[in-house]
Order: sequence, then C-alpha cells, then structure tokens
Amino acid sequence: MTKQQANWSPYDNNGGTCVAIAGTDYCVIAADTRMSSGYNILTRDYSKINQLADKSVLASSGFQADVRALQKVLAAKHLQYQHQHNKQMSCPAMAQLLSNTLYYKRFFPYYAFNVLGGLDHEGKGCVFTYDAVGSYERVGYSSQGSGSTLITPFLDNQLKSPSPLLLPARDAVTPLSESEAIDLVKTCFASATERDIYTGDKLEILIMNASGIRQEYMELRKD
Amino acid sequence: MMKIDFSGLAASAPLCGNTDELNNEISTGQKFELPIADDFDGFQREAVQMVKPAKGTTTLAFIFKEGVMVAADSRASMGGYISSQSVKKIIEINPYMLGTMAGGAADCQFWHRNLGIKCRLHELANKRRISVTGASKLLANILYSYRGMGLSVGTMIAGWDETGPGLYYVDSEGGRLKGTRFSVGSGSPYAYGVLDSGYRFDMSVEEGAELARRAIYHATFRDGASGGVASVYHVGPNGWKKLSGDDVGELHYMYYPVEPASVEQEMTEVSGS
Repeated sequence: MTKQQANWSPYDNNGGTCVAIAGTDYCVIAADTRMSSGYNILTRDYSKINQLADKSVLASSGFQADVRALQKVLAAKHLQYQHQHNKQMSCPAMAQLLSNTLYYKRFFPYYAFNVLGGLDHEGKGCVFTYDAVGSYERVGYSSQGSGSTLITPFLDNQLKSPSPLLLPARDAVTPLSESEAIDLVKTCFASATERDIYTGDKLEILIMNASGIRQEYMELRKD
Repeated sequence: MMKIDFSGLAASAPLCGNTDELNNEISTGQKFELPIADDFDGFQREAVQMVKPAKGTTTLAFIFKEGVMVAADSRASMGGYISSQSVKKIIEINPYMLGTMAGGAADCQFWHRNLGIKCRLHELANKRRISVTGASKLLANILYSYRGMGLSVGTMIAGWDETGPGLYYVDSEGGRLKGTRFSVGSGSPYAYGVLDSGYRFDMSVEEGAELARRAIYHATFRDGASGGVASVYHVGPNGWKKLSGDDVGELHYMYYPVEPASVEQEMTEVSGS
C-alpha cells in the first residue's frame, strides 16, 4: 500500500502590498487593506501594519496568520526588553530582533514578507527590508508583496540613491519632502491597484516624524 | 514539538524550576522548530520554492605576498527577480577576519553573526584571538550538523592570525578546504578565468585589488545573477580595510570606453548596407 501524502498545506497567501520610504527626518509606511485567498476577497478592511515600538512600525504581506503570530512574538520580546532595560527598543535593534525571529523558523518559515520602518537614534528615517527567512538590509525605500514587482521599478526610477557600498561613500538620503513622499506612495498604490488583482480597496499610510505618528487613508479601486 | 539547538549558545539546563511549554521559548532562548511532516525533504523543497530566499552571487578571495584580498558583488536574486543590488556580501566577523556570503542570504548572515559571537566568546575564555583555522572549523562543524536540512552556504573565511594570512572555504555540505585561491557562486567560473590568468604571488596591494575588481566585474558581465557594486577588501597584519566599492556599470565604461565614431565612417556604413 502506497504511503498517503498530506493534501493540506499549512500555508496560504493572503496577498497585498507594503511600501516604506525613509527621508531625512521622517518615515512613511503604507499598505493596502485587502485580504484575499485565491480569487476570493476575505475582507476589504484588514490592516497589515503594526506598531511594535514608539519608533518602529512593521508592515507585512503574505500569510496573515503567520504575520499575526510573528507580531505577537515580537510584542512579547519587546515587552521583556522594556522590563529588562527600562526603555523602548530602537529601530535598528528591532530590525535585528525581527531577523533572528524569522531565522529561528528557518525550517518551517513564517510566510511573511516584511518591511520595517522607523526613526534611528539621530531622528533620520530608516527602512529595513526582509526576505521570508530573515536576511535583511537597511535601505532608503522598499516594497514587498504581490504588487512589489510593479512598484519597485517605479521607486527605483524616482528615488534611486547611490548604493551604501560605494567607496568613496556618496550621500544616500532621499531628497523628497514628507508631503512629496506621501504623494509618491499614493501614486504607487493607485498604479499597482490597476494591474494587481490582490491589491486594492483602501490604502493605509503611517507617517512617523519627530512630532509622533499620524495615519492617513485613501480609497483605492475595489474591483 | 521537536526543538534542536546545535549552536551551543543556549543553557543546557533550564534556569528556573518549572518549565511549561509557553514560557520555554521566551525564557531559555530560541531553538529551531522543525515541522512535523512525513516527508521532511519534500516539505523543505516546497517551502524553499515558495518563499524563494535570496541567493546568487560571485565572491572571491586569494592569498598573496601582502595578505589576503577579498572581493564580492552585491546582487541578490529571488528566482528571476532582482531583490536587491546593495547586499553586503563581505561580512566583518571581527576587525581581523572577514567572511563572504554565497548561497542563501539569510543562512550566511545568521551563521556569520553566530560565528562572530563564538569568536568573541573564545577570546574572552582564552585571552587570545581565535585563529582562522579555529574559526573556520567552528563554522564547518555547525554547518555539518545541519547537513541535509536545506541550508545553502558557500563561504570563505579570510583572516590574519599569528601564523600569517589564512583562507578557508566552508560550505553547507560540510566541506572545509584550506587554500590560496577561491571563488564561490554562480559567477565563479568567470571570475576564476580572470583571477587564475592574472595571479602572481608577489603582487602589490594595488595590483591585487585591481585583479580582484576585474575578476568580479567580468563575472557580473556574464552572469545574470551577479551585479551591483564590486567591493574589494584587503586583510593585512593590522586587520582588514575596505579598499574600494565601484558600481560595475561604471567599471564597464572605465575598462571599455565608447569610441565616438567619425562622421565619414557612419556615411560609408549607410551606403554600404
């Protein structure tokens, strides 16, 4: 008798797209609010963005059950850190924590494509981009999820900054102002919604700067 | 749930008396969870295909009179998509040792960082720096213990210790080779061609750097999975120093400048066709 294989997968892809842009004194993180499974829309109003610390915000697309579990693990670890060190975690520290948390599930990965945004200790915007098993780097802008292949080339064209690996080093700060960056993000999602079936419904934007965090919403096509 | 920890960093006995499942992971440090699947290899194959971890690269290193020269490109690809052009593939383990990244980006980043921690613990425990031989052996043993589980690591450990310059190649199959010239990655055949034909033991630091830069450039030219910025590092008796980081697109026009065609030449070409 042949061995029966499981015809059940522990993973599903709920689609969606996330974008983050870092500026000289701000950071913009945005994600759409559509949650899908195959050709079905499960809900039009699901937030993919989660604030982990006062200066770190995580946006994740992929399998939202894994994303929710990951957010809970990070929140628990952050609470422990606060109890031990009497302060909030900085964004670069949170970035390393997320990388390690993802890698410890190397043999049963979190199906989550993450973008972490925040402000570093100097108040400059920082964005960290990840693959599903934890490799990460600090970048000036990033996009992850089903619409990332549509959005990233556009951001490369508008924002491309010299690589941090170049020697002699060239200044890599995005010259855009905060309002220009927000408009750019809205444009990205409006275009991605046209050509990606998993992106749409509503856009949630979080803007972080020295005065705190504020939220904006924009309607997207619902078809 | 199976949890296996080979890194040796977590305490083997629990610090507190009762160990309930919920608190275990958070208090005693993380361990690697394994999926409960009948076909572990099939699951890993499918998982790798689905999450498509970033990989693809050209790295090289060689020993010469002045020490060790290490160079790498900076492209990461996920399937056919370029996920990044600015990946740091030369990892600074400590001020006198470098590691290169080829294969799975997350695997290399994590295990090199783990190696750096182990090297520092060795220094604190033994009051002297670890040798390149010792560091490469630590990494090779860890990778061997995970053999067959799908890690993809092809790395070179380069450094300068009491015995002079050292270079080892270590991979996720468990292999560890001592040598004087290595290139690892999808672009390595192209890099070897340039490196082997131009290599001399008694090069100066500038000549060695230029050879390394050219080898990476040629690999990025012909290999689709390599590109971005060619970084060159030198490891000498006082530790490593980054010598250059050049965009390979700019290197192309530096090595092969475009000759402006003369007007007469253009006119004959048109009438001849």
